[in-house]
Amino acid sequence: MLEVKNLNVSVAGRKILNDFSLTVKDGEVAAIMGPNGTGKSTLSYVIAGKKDYEVHSGEVLLNGFNLLDVEPDVRASKGLFLAFQYPLEIPGVATMTFLKTAVNAQRKHRGEPELSTPDFMKKVKVASDKLGIKSDMMKRALNVGFSGGEKKRMDILQMALLEPAFGILDETDSGLDIDALRIVSEGVNSLRTEKRGFLVITHYQRLLDYIVPDTVHVMSGGKIVRTGGKELALELEKSGYAEYATSEAAAA
Amino acid sequence: MSAQIIPSKTQAETGLAEVYGAVKAKLPGNAAVIKLRDDAFSAFSEAGLPHRRIESWHYTDLRTLMREALPIAPAPSAAAIEALRKEIGTDLKQKLVLVDGVFAPELSDALPEGISVRSLASVLAEGKTDLITLISGMGLGSEDPIVALNAALMQDGVVLEVAPGAVIAEPVNILYATASATPAASFSRSLVVVGKGASVRIAESSIGSGGRTGQTFGALIFSVGDEANVGHTLMLTKTVAGSVRLETFIVEIGAKAKFDSFALIAGSGLVRRQIFMRFAGDESEGAVRGVSLLRGKEHADTTLFVEHVGQSCMGRETFRYILDGESTGIFQGKIRVAPGAQKTDGKMLSRALLLTDMVAMNNKPELEIFADDVACGHGATCGGLAEDQIFYLQARGIPYVDAESLLLEAFAAELADEIPSEALVEIFRAEIANWLSERVKA
Repeated sequence: MLEVKNLNVSVAGRKILNDFSLTVKDGEVAAIMGPNGTGKSTLSYVIAGKKDYEVHSGEVLLNGFNLLDVEPDVRASKGLFLAFQYPLEIPGVATMTFLKTAVNAQRKHRGEPELSTPDFMKKVKVASDKLGIKSDMMKRALNVGFSGGEKKRMDILQMALLEPAFGILDETDSGLDIDALRIVSEGVNSLRTEKRGFLVITHYQRLLDYIVPDTVHVMSGGKIVRTGGKELALELEKSGYAEYATSEAAAA
Repeated sequence: MSAQIIPSKTQAETGLAEVYGAVKAKLPGNAAVIKLRDDAFSAFSEAGLPHRRIESWHYTDLRTLMREALPIAPAPSAAAIEALRKEIGTDLKQKLVLVDGVFAPELSDALPEGISVRSLASVLAEGKTDLITLISGMGLGSEDPIVALNAALMQDGVVLEVAPGAVIAEPVNILYATASATPAASFSRSLVVVGKGASVRIAESSIGSGGRTGQTFGALIFSVGDEANVGHTLMLTKTVAGSVRLETFIVEIGAKAKFDSFALIAGSGLVRRQIFMRFAGDESEGAVRGVSLLRGKEHADTTLFVEHVGQSCMGRETFRYILDGESTGIFQGKIRVAPGAQKTDGKMLSRALLLTDMVAMNNKPELEIFADDVACGHGATCGGLAEDQIFYLQARGIPYVDAESLLLEAFAAELADEIPSEALVEIFRAEIANWLSERVKA
């Protein structure tokens, strides 16, 4: 369960999250929608632990553990996974080396033995086949020269290997064509369990046709302004965010 | 009216004159070589140790950084040779060992057909004009006082000749060892002559610094024949604090030839590498790469002169630095395109990662172009590690220090990966990883 409680955050003196609260229960898929500049990506970065954000007050509890007290790598080892809107290119770092380092770093943190190379390779093979990731991609430097769709698939592959307790998908649909969107969504759906929750951040309803949410929240002015079921996304698709933009202006 | 200022000799300069006076009668060479030595020492003596007002030495002022001249290392004892034999072991094949600058055939291996080795001393004694011209550096680096000092005092080295068309499959290893127990100097000069269409790879490395300080004045000269394919690596990693290592690298490339070189500098003390490369023939490719890993108060200078004389040659000069602690890095690179060297394609790039506020990186790239149909460029960057990349790695569970090491290793190893020999790539990668783990421990 992810609980965000009364989170107040600013960047360079500008308030972005405004007493923000949200709970995502075990196994729940919650979607956050909202206009540009309303703080959606800030929320994902603050939870994952990116610097440059000033957290004034509030808590982010993952299964009762306050993530804000620890470094980003510890948050990941505690079970948090952020799929990036724009996964970074890391020249010179072989994809396989990176994946193995990440998996074993998390295992070490949890006091588990390192995976042997053959076991690890087997896991990677199964997960990458499912996502249609070609083996030559695995031999290249991480995300270097990958298309937008390939980068997103690589991020989902990481999620599959790291088996987090909770996943945040930050605008996973941006830069994806229909086929890639379907593959990525299927990848995410196959990771849904009774225990594992997701927070799906998106502008568009389209992604939610593939990853069907249990709840939809509308965010504006740094907080949740409306909550409903999946039908709320369809409504927003028709009406747009115009009525919420006013409240954002008021908050700013 | 202006007074003429004659700079007084430093202690080191006086000491070097004494060293030369004491040993010149014993140094190898016929009458022509003796004249060459005397001329070279006069040239050095006139210029003195290079200092900050000599442009190419601006950032490595030897007048202040090299305080004294050390005596030339004595010939090693039989016991020292035996100790080295054990230390060297038998893993490394096709090795040629120089002990304190002097070729030690008893520690070296026989070379395969197609390549011959002789000691520099024997070649100097014989004094054949064509080889002496090559040993003198073919006019490359002749203005440099340290190249002149090395020419005056060259004790020994190896002269390798690769027969036309010969293919030497495995690398030939030149191994520099030290045996002297007390601080000492050595002056070695080696020559590799590669015949037309031949292919060979030379790997230089060091063992057995024994923790002693010293002054090493080395020179390696390549004469790359037409259509030859020549590779070179240098592992410059065993120097200790307080030592001075000045390495000159001279390359002349014929027509339609390929040459590549990679050097790793990761040692203590003062290191200066100067590279003089000339594309003499047409349609050749030459790539010179280097990585310097510096921490503490280390000082590493790579200074490069590339001269394009032949047409349609491609030159690539790529250097990377990681600077930690209070270290100083220097990259100076000059590409000169001579009149008539049309269709030259030259690119030079230096990138430095600065890990603390206490480091200094001096970049000085220059182009001098006297032909009108060329594509030449240079670039130099200095910066820190990208925080967003570190965050991405951390977000996958990799602790900060490990994320940093992963990115540093990638930055440094990317150039090593270009060596067209998997075995050598592995050796250099291991050395880079070793440096990074030492850094984390420190």
